[in-house]
Amino acid sequence: MDAFFALAHGLTVAIQPMNLLFALIGVLLGTAVGVLPGIGPALTVALLLPITFKLDPGGSIIMFAGIYYGGMYGGSTTAILINTPGESASMATALEGNKMAKAGRGGPALATSAIGSFVAGTIATLGLAFLAPTLVELAVKFGPEDYFALMCVAFVTVSATFGDSPVRGLTSLFIGLALGLVGIDKLTGQSRMTFGVPELLDGVEVTTLAVGLFAVGEALYVASRRHIQEEVLEPVRGSLWMTKEDWKRSWKPWIRGTLFGFPIGALPAGGAEIPTFLSYSTEKRLTKYPEEFGHGAIEGVAGPEAANNASAAGTLVPLLALGLPTSATAAMMLAGFQQYGLNPGPLLFAERPELVWGLIASLFIANAMLLVLNLPLVGLWVRLLAIPQPWLYAGILVFATMGTIAAKPSVVELTMLGVFGVMGFLMRRFDYPIAPVVVGLILGPIAESQLRRALSISLGDPLVLVQSPISATLLAIALIALVLPFALKGMSRFKAEED
Amino acid sequence: MTTRTPKRVDVAGLVIAAGLLILAGLIWRDMTSLQLSSVYGVGPKAMPIVVAIGLAILAIGNAFMAVRGGLPSRESLRWMPITLIIGGLAGLIALIQFGGGFIPATAVLFVATSAAFGRRAFLVDLIIGLVAGLVIYLLFSKLLTLSLPMGPLERLI
Repeated sequence: MDAFFALAHGLTVAIQPMNLLFALIGVLLGTAVGVLPGIGPALTVALLLPITFKLDPGGSIIMFAGIYYGGMYGGSTTAILINTPGESASMATALEGNKMAKAGRGGPALATSAIGSFVAGTIATLGLAFLAPTLVELAVKFGPEDYFALMCVAFVTVSATFGDSPVRGLTSLFIGLALGLVGIDKLTGQSRMTFGVPELLDGVEVTTLAVGLFAVGEALYVASRRHIQEEVLEPVRGSLWMTKEDWKRSWKPWIRGTLFGFPIGALPAGGAEIPTFLSYSTEKRLTKYPEEFGHGAIEGVAGPEAANNASAAGTLVPLLALGLPTSATAAMMLAGFQQYGLNPGPLLFAERPELVWGLIASLFIANAMLLVLNLPLVGLWVRLLAIPQPWLYAGILVFATMGTIAAKPSVVELTMLGVFGVMGFLMRRFDYPIAPVVVGLILGPIAESQLRRALSISLGDPLVLVQSPISATLLAIALIALVLPFALKGMSRFKAEED
Repeated sequence: MTTRTPKRVDVAGLVIAAGLLILAGLIWRDMTSLQLSSVYGVGPKAMPIVVAIGLAILAIGNAFMAVRGGLPSRESLRWMPITLIIGGLAGLIALIQFGGGFIPATAVLFVATSAAFGRRAFLVDLIIGLVAGLVIYLLFSKLLTLSLPMGPLERLI
């Protein structure tokens, strides 16, 4: 019942005219940037962070709620209309949605994705409102060793368990951890990995890393292989509205997608890819029109889109309740909190309830705004998609460098942006996942300080890590999740030799 | 599925592995210069040691993949656009370093990037870049009071 009162209180915060305006700006900016091809929600949040530097925390965090959901929605519009998913979570949407657009059913595809996102977002945000306080109650009992173990789980699941190759995922994670070492050690004041450069004493800025990897890296990658394929923008033809038949075929996939998306997103299992593909294959199996799959089946858009949005709300559960980001986008949201010195977790729920619940309530409002705004404005978003590629990427890079200088006016920071850009390009070319780098940078230092705190409380006894039942369980999970993909790979090698 | 050619050593993969090993070595060398503090538990050296060892193991893993041909196949790429974009970034950094200001630096990056994507209308793009720089500058330094690098052009505004 407490959650109801808290949520009602959050709503009174969220419907203040100024906050409504912030949510609206966030939704519009988020969609506008998210719709640009090649820009996923993580980069959308990273690019828009500097805009909120000088705003007050309450307002700008509400704006982030809008940017987060808006960026997600913008990404699916791009996936449907030009078949370039900005992130792997939109891949399933692109599969069927782009075929629908090609067949002149782009309108219903956009509609089912918008309404499905709304349905899933609303249910999942309700789930967040009730699950987060429960998790907070649990988290209050967590000691530093338990937090450390929890982060180990997140490290492993984000990088090794659910990627294509555990070695490549772990490589990305350790590069992130190495970057996290840079700067002054908080406990002893000694500088590590700074090589005498004073600008490095503060450590590597998360936004610089994310913008370099995602924006500059993507621009380099797309430019280097522009001769291979041109993108084709499908015009939206015919009616925007869904027929009665479309509704009938959509509502069940929405619900099922939500049921896949929210729990998997809420577990520290990294990203929305698994639920979207689970939803896609489920719909393919359950549909009455299996012949349409691969040629534009509406279920194949409705389900994965709902799963994608539900898992986006789901990742906010560990983020808000534990301060644990499990996707690149969540890591950027955490960076957004940190720029105001706010650390999500049980303490934030206790100290700044109006902020946390204002954010959660704003998610409902942002979701409703997206539903009302997006279908009427779809013409505008399509026009954004038609920006010539040279100007688009030139604009993205200008904005990226602007954000970097605004955050830290130094040439060193810009050089780092360039270096991370080249790194992002190489990682794309050699197929290393990018999210683990960002998660490693942001969680590495936190995990280190929790471990050191735990060990100094126990007077240096490392057994404290297995004496706490919570920590012992979590470390066991992390170990299993680390070993499992290697074991499975060994098994599949036998299979591969058979055929 | 990626098509792989088995039993062909991937040179690029070996270079990546070597790079990881170098990074591990750098971290290790940096770690040895730290002083151990006398507090209980682990000091500032523990994490660098873990990361360096982890990277060294992963370097071996990556080298193993490269030797066995486990890297994905790659398409041909053009170096010209990459050079242009990195050149544009370098130009921007140089202009800011030597007091050229935000707006011209932005214009240089804009022209270089759009040339990298195949446009040849340099003058038009230069003007667009200058206008974009001006708009961003006004928006962010006047409206949001963020400090952006100043040059002769910015001081006039």
